[in-house]
Amino acid sequence: MTGVPSDFTPAESLRYARHLVLPEIGPAGQAKLKAARVLVVGAGGLGSPVSLYLAAAGVGTLGLVDFDDVDASNLQRQVLYGESDLGRPKLEAARERLRDLNPHIDLVLHHARLTSGNALDIIGGYDIVVDGTDNFPTRYLVNDACVLLGKRNVYGSILKFEGQVSVFGGGDDAPCYRCLFRQPPPPGLVPSCAEGGVLGVLPGIIGTLQALETIKLITGVGTTLIGRLLLFDGMALKFREMKLRRNPECPVCGDDPTVTGLIDYEEFCGLKAEAGVDGEATDEIGAGELKGRLDAGDPIELVDVREPFEWGMANLEEYGARLIPMNQIPDRLEELDPAREIVLICRSGSRSMQVTRYLRSRGYERARNLRGGVLAWGEEVDPSFPRY
Amino acid sequence: MNGRVPGGYVEHMRIRTLFFATYRDLAGAEALDIDLPTGATAGDLVARLRQRGRLAALPSEPALAVNEEYAPLSTGLSDGDEVALLPPVAGG
Repeated sequence: MTGVPSDFTPAESLRYARHLVLPEIGPAGQAKLKAARVLVVGAGGLGSPVSLYLAAAGVGTLGLVDFDDVDASNLQRQVLYGESDLGRPKLEAARERLRDLNPHIDLVLHHARLTSGNALDIIGGYDIVVDGTDNFPTRYLVNDACVLLGKRNVYGSILKFEGQVSVFGGGDDAPCYRCLFRQPPPPGLVPSCAEGGVLGVLPGIIGTLQALETIKLITGVGTTLIGRLLLFDGMALKFREMKLRRNPECPVCGDDPTVTGLIDYEEFCGLKAEAGVDGEATDEIGAGELKGRLDAGDPIELVDVREPFEWGMANLEEYGARLIPMNQIPDRLEELDPAREIVLICRSGSRSMQVTRYLRSRGYERARNLRGGVLAWGEEVDPSFPRY
Repeated sequence: MNGRVPGGYVEHMRIRTLFFATYRDLAGAEALDIDLPTGATAGDLVARLRQRGRLAALPSEPALAVNEEYAPLSTGLSDGDEVALLPPVAGG
């Protein structure tokens, strides 16, 4: 074969034949893919198609960040994993699948939660970051770290039947995530996929668009989504796009930035518990402590603020818990006694934290949040409690 | 278009307002036509929307686009403009 750089083995030339024949990619583009270093943050719904397609495309160094294990509820959309992977660390399972898909690339596995402490070190080793995370604090963290390091951030996010895609940061006057969403939403307003649901094929659509944008950035072909936000509606099957501009007043990428290092993103997103004088959270209670006090007969009122279908899967009714979905709380305040000790419960402790704050601002000084929600209850108290 | 208001006639304009994802759930529709007095800004539109039922949960400063271009709340609107409210979504 002519024109194929000598650093491709015959096996690689055969594998990438359909790329090599494309004039826009060709041997030069394939060599760029091989030299590229891409980090995928989150090996979940988005990270699955992103990592599968980038590995297949021959991205030479592919990094993955995740700390989770494969759960049965992942398999409806996280196509990196199968039944035999249940309970295994995601990255272990991902390594086998991706290694089998393409043994000619280097996989780098970061078994960690991306934090303000490790983000610059981890991201610093890559050219491009693909954001496939599932929560606001990590999205702001990825954005800020990419802006500070001058890396492109290929953004995608999903909920229910809709998704968003863009390419942020990395110079050339590209806007960043904070130019678009300057302030995080109040905790609880925007449900996670676990709370709100997501159609399984949706991350496949949005993740493959992220993979496409990554390949275009690497090879320098086409027109990327820099300066454009793509909105996808799977129900109507509509794509819309909005033009974005870098905001000169953006706190991170603006002309006079006020955020010049990584911050505490849990706090920024309003998810941090109020700390008392001893450093312990005063407005939260752990699952183990709550169980002990309930068993001791302490008069604690348990209010579950999840949705009825969640309550139906599992609840703490045997301890006297009752259901008041979060959005009904303001209208049903008279059902709650401000003098009593109230513990608010949701799936992960995020919605119930918002309700705790709301109640405290209205004089319910003894309202507390069950830290980690029923997920923590399942881990710390009752292993038979279903995870979802 | 003209609308009768107490104290006389005021020029009105009609703004096509689009909702996505969580905002669509709050609005109960993917689009609403909102009438505003001439000279109103995108911020005035948001304030008006926040008086409508569940849209009260809309942030006071949501990200939005006027005629498919990201715009600050101070942006002046014209009759027939299309305003898209862009919800933050974090799922992955």
